[in-house]
Amino acid sequence: MLRLLNIEFIKLWNNRSSKVLILAYFILLTSIALIAAIKFDIGPIQFHLAEQGIFDFPYIWHFNTYVAGTLKFFLAIVIVSMMANEYSNKTIKQNLIDGLSKKEFIASKFITVSAFALISTLFVFIITLILGLSFSDNTEAYHVFSDTEYLLAFFVKLVGFFSICLFLGILVKRSAFALGFLFVWYVIEKIAYGLIRWEISATQDNWENITRFFPLESMSNLIKEPATRLGAAKELAKQVGEEFNFDYAVHWYEIVIVLAWTSLFIYWSYKLLKKRDL
Amino acid sequence: METILSISNLTKKYGSLTAVNNLSFTIQKGNVYGILGPNGSGKSTTLGITLNVVNETSGSFNWFNGQTSTHLALKKVGAIIERPNFYPYMSAYKNLKLVCKIKDISEDKIDEKLELVGLLDRKNSKFKTFSLGMKQRLAIASALLNDPEILILDEPTNGLDPQGIHQIRALIKDIASQGTTILLASHLLDEVEKVCSHVVVLRKGHKLYEGPVDQMISSNGFFELKSDDNQALLNYLASHPNIKDTKVLDGLVTAFLEAPMSASAFNKELIHNGIVLSHLVLRKESLEEQFLQLTDNLNDAN
Repeated sequence: MLRLLNIEFIKLWNNRSSKVLILAYFILLTSIALIAAIKFDIGPIQFHLAEQGIFDFPYIWHFNTYVAGTLKFFLAIVIVSMMANEYSNKTIKQNLIDGLSKKEFIASKFITVSAFALISTLFVFIITLILGLSFSDNTEAYHVFSDTEYLLAFFVKLVGFFSICLFLGILVKRSAFALGFLFVWYVIEKIAYGLIRWEISATQDNWENITRFFPLESMSNLIKEPATRLGAAKELAKQVGEEFNFDYAVHWYEIVIVLAWTSLFIYWSYKLLKKRDL
Repeated sequence: METILSISNLTKKYGSLTAVNNLSFTIQKGNVYGILGPNGSGKSTTLGITLNVVNETSGSFNWFNGQTSTHLALKKVGAIIERPNFYPYMSAYKNLKLVCKIKDISEDKIDEKLELVGLLDRKNSKFKTFSLGMKQRLAIASALLNDPEILILDEPTNGLDPQGIHQIRALIKDIASQGTTILLASHLLDEVEKVCSHVVVLRKGHKLYEGPVDQMISSNGFFELKSDDNQALLNYLASHPNIKDTKVLDGLVTAFLEAPMSASAFNKELIHNGIVLSHLVLRKESLEEQFLQLTDNLNDAN
């Protein structure tokens, strides 16, 4: 396994654009901490985001994993191109001729994206811990470490999303087209989501039972948007006579759905590689 | 003798096109093989199948008597097919390092092999800065990293300038002289003739011949003759039991032998019969002539 990771590391780290994107991603991830510095001080209106409770344990786990999740597109570019470049440089052919099995080839890619996800999760864990400990009113161990299932959800979400990227890279073989395809897929899912919601919610309220199985939707479902959970947002809603009552929790079946998609995408990637002549 | 690769009844179809048709042959250790055939005769497809990048439609092949799986066997093989494929943004050295990782071998030999192909001074240059000849030589260095049991080269001189062709050929001869088994696919006959001891001749996916180069067609060779009195020579040849056919071209008489005969015995015989030669050479058909004869026979048969 280390050998496969090492092989992939040599390929990635010597590619300047991959290196820059990976570094940019981790720098941006770290810069979540800068949100703490958002501070308006315009005469009577004083606003300091860090004091609005977004850095309170355990809410901070939810908030940070959600924000960090939006940065995954940086790595998506790296992952799609690390797959597609193997085709355009025909190095995949040479790798196989040199004695890498097709299974090992897919495994090396999957291990690499899992490593990306794991390192990201560790990053988010450490940053969140530091931010929370410096800004949260509540630093008892019980509060600090509750809701950490968001970290697990974050990890699973990244692995799932990266697996789609790998699959698209193999399927389309051109990085730009694969990314375009990913976007088109996203749009199609959103349209289907809208249609289903519109059609079904009129009669019954269980449209989510269908949409939660969509691959991209299932991944974004893992960590729901945290803004409406914030005290300030709830206050605001109350003033206009609304009350937010969403379910923010990470459910086990949501994780299972994403894991199922992950295994399917990896399996399909392998099948595709096996079936194709190079 | 140790069998390195055996192929049996291999067939590959691309839709309605049959690229390789029921092909069988074996590669023995220590020989230098050429796979000969015009473009599109199935050479690369056959190699692609045995190298795990093309899926066969039917038939089978096995490496080293089938003792290991294909991808493990390939770690003991050095192969380059068609164009040299490397990571363009990586240096020659790093590309070879990656190959070492894939083949699970130590990196000690990288410099030695780069030296062998004359690229040691360019080892830190990026692959994309190399000329085609240099790329091809790097590919050979990469294929030799594991001191392979067999070196497979597919059209190694394709697209190179004369100097590049010469370098690659010298390299192949050099490697062959060290006892490495080589399988060389080419449509260039003189290339195969210069280095190979055995050939497999393919045409439209069919095998026409497999065996030593000089036994490709049953031939005892031919004499090239010239005499001041060609007519007398021709009359004599026509009645000679060992000569099956004669041809005259620009005053040069070619006499094809029915049975083996030495040049000196033939010369003595002619002098005895009052025919004096100004030119006498005993020759074997060149590979090109043999190849054309072989494919012509097939055309006639069709």
